[in-house]
Amino acid sequence: MNRLLPFEWIAAVRFLREGFMQTLFIITGIAIGVGVIVFMSALLTGLQANFVKRVLTSQPQIQLVPPDQVARPQRQQTGVMEDAVIQRPSQRVISIDQWPKIRDRMLAIPEVTAVSPTMAGSALAIRGAASRAISVSGIDPATYYKIVRVPDYIIAGDARLTNDDIIVGTELAKDLGAAIGDKLNVQGVKNASVTLKITGVIDLGNKSANERQTYVALRTAQSLMGVAGGVTTIDMTLDDIYNAEILATQIQRSNYVEADSWIATNAQFFTAVHAQQTSNDMIRLFVALSVAFGIAAVLVVSVIQRSKDIGILRAMGSSRGQVLRIFLLQGGVLGFAGALCGCALGTAGLYWWHAAVRQADGTELFPLILTASLFVYTTLLATVTGLLAAMAPALRAARLDPVVAIRG
Amino acid sequence: MAEQVLRLEHVCKIYNIGLPAQTEVLHDIDMTLDKGQFLALTGPSGSGKSTLLNIIGLLDRPTTGRLFIKGQETGRMGDAEITQLRGHTIGFVFQDHHLISAFTALENVMMPMLVASGFPSRRIAERAHEIMVLVGLEKVENNLAMNMSGGQQQRVAIARALAMAPDLVLADEPTGNLDTKSADSVFELMRQINRDSGTSFLMVTHNLDLAKRCDRIIDVVDGRITA
Repeated sequence: MNRLLPFEWIAAVRFLREGFMQTLFIITGIAIGVGVIVFMSALLTGLQANFVKRVLTSQPQIQLVPPDQVARPQRQQTGVMEDAVIQRPSQRVISIDQWPKIRDRMLAIPEVTAVSPTMAGSALAIRGAASRAISVSGIDPATYYKIVRVPDYIIAGDARLTNDDIIVGTELAKDLGAAIGDKLNVQGVKNASVTLKITGVIDLGNKSANERQTYVALRTAQSLMGVAGGVTTIDMTLDDIYNAEILATQIQRSNYVEADSWIATNAQFFTAVHAQQTSNDMIRLFVALSVAFGIAAVLVVSVIQRSKDIGILRAMGSSRGQVLRIFLLQGGVLGFAGALCGCALGTAGLYWWHAAVRQADGTELFPLILTASLFVYTTLLATVTGLLAAMAPALRAARLDPVVAIRG
Repeated sequence: MAEQVLRLEHVCKIYNIGLPAQTEVLHDIDMTLDKGQFLALTGPSGSGKSTLLNIIGLLDRPTTGRLFIKGQETGRMGDAEITQLRGHTIGFVFQDHHLISAFTALENVMMPMLVASGFPSRRIAERAHEIMVLVGLEKVENNLAMNMSGGQQQRVAIARALAMAPDLVLADEPTGNLDTKSADSVFELMRQINRDSGTSFLMVTHNLDLAKRCDRIIDVVDGRITA
């Protein structure tokens, strides 16, 4: 007997060891359940991280834009309008009012990790006889690349941007017959026109985006759009991406801007993420329930099988509390042992699946994200489930009348 | 006057009170057991011997009447107090020995001490070994209880009953499942311990030959003491 272990532990472990096959089967059952939880959680975390990475490295998490331009109805006096029909005005490209001040205010928010002003608008790219309508994003590369990882999408050239450079999508380069080092004539508003050299070609993973998207230096875009010194958006990233909506609302309340969070602009994606999390939680719940019922069933049988032993222990002076603890510990030990095996099983399954299932181009379908916290929480969940599941049989054992128990 | 280990005053036990199946199993039992006495409790099956033994062993409570263990009245004691008194004062030997199969013979003997102290210790192991020597089983003390003969198992049960050095050992037909030779051997062992240590024994038995070798015989018939 291990002298460091209390009596209840010794009895619990011996009882489990004696019913070896019973113990083995229930631990296997728990291990499968825990393995499913580990596998599903890690798989979904990986897939989700992949989605989030794809979405959030290609767009800001909060974007500040100027408020909509609205028509002011003419009134003769309060409540009486001159014209009943109010036409929505066309939205011309305008700058965010006092944007440097707002940018500095955003930088002062602790949750904000990066802020970058941009100038966005439409223009025409011309090369020889070919011309294409393009979206021009005027950026400050030093700050903007912290928000949108443009260098990650570069497939030719590099992401360097001076006032005379332009980065174009693959499809646009193909349509214009242009390559790295070639020059494009870009025409903006009010006959503004500049000649820019292609320094980089990007693949954004979307054909229509690759046909239109271009990046130029902020000043170049300001000249093209005829808004000297202005910016149309301020892009931001946060430390907690799921806090974006709340923060956007707060920013909008205290600044003369519209704040759009990635959650609002990607509502469908966010719903999918949420649905994944919910389904994962449901899987955990039902697996935990099946584990709990399995443990309870085994221990109920064990209490019946061991009723004489319980009676003898009570006759020898065992308190009800000691008997209760013996059976609670059995539940906890089963949960814990099953969790350890399940973690190993789930991890092995995940490695196999990760190696076996690849994308069409041979790259991984999802990144392997196995955090210590997943194992700790899962083990804790299974152990607590074991303890809770053992409560009813343990109470039953503790309440056994020793006379009846000994008689069997 | 000898010290009394046990005293029962007007003890009655009624089951299913208020129900059509109400049964009075024990009627107005008065009895005493002195320290060092070896008492045989005899009587036909269903006469209430086991019920009386359960009440004396603090496993059951009388419906009316009073039970004194070493002068302490047990009627007002709570469950925890009763459990502690039982663990420290009374040892049990059952007809089917009731050893715990998950443990070795030595560990079974250690069990009452383990229950009381909470942790195993060298002192407990040594004490258990001493008792195993006393009952002549030191060579097989590390065998699993289930791998021993009936006589050996009953000796282990006696050793276990003695672990806490109790004032009273209650033996419910300890020789009932043994052959004559083993029965005699087990009885002699208990008698020897009784003489050497002064531990009181109360033995339920159907074996009149063994009963006659005890200090006193109490005969229970239909829930009453007749002799």
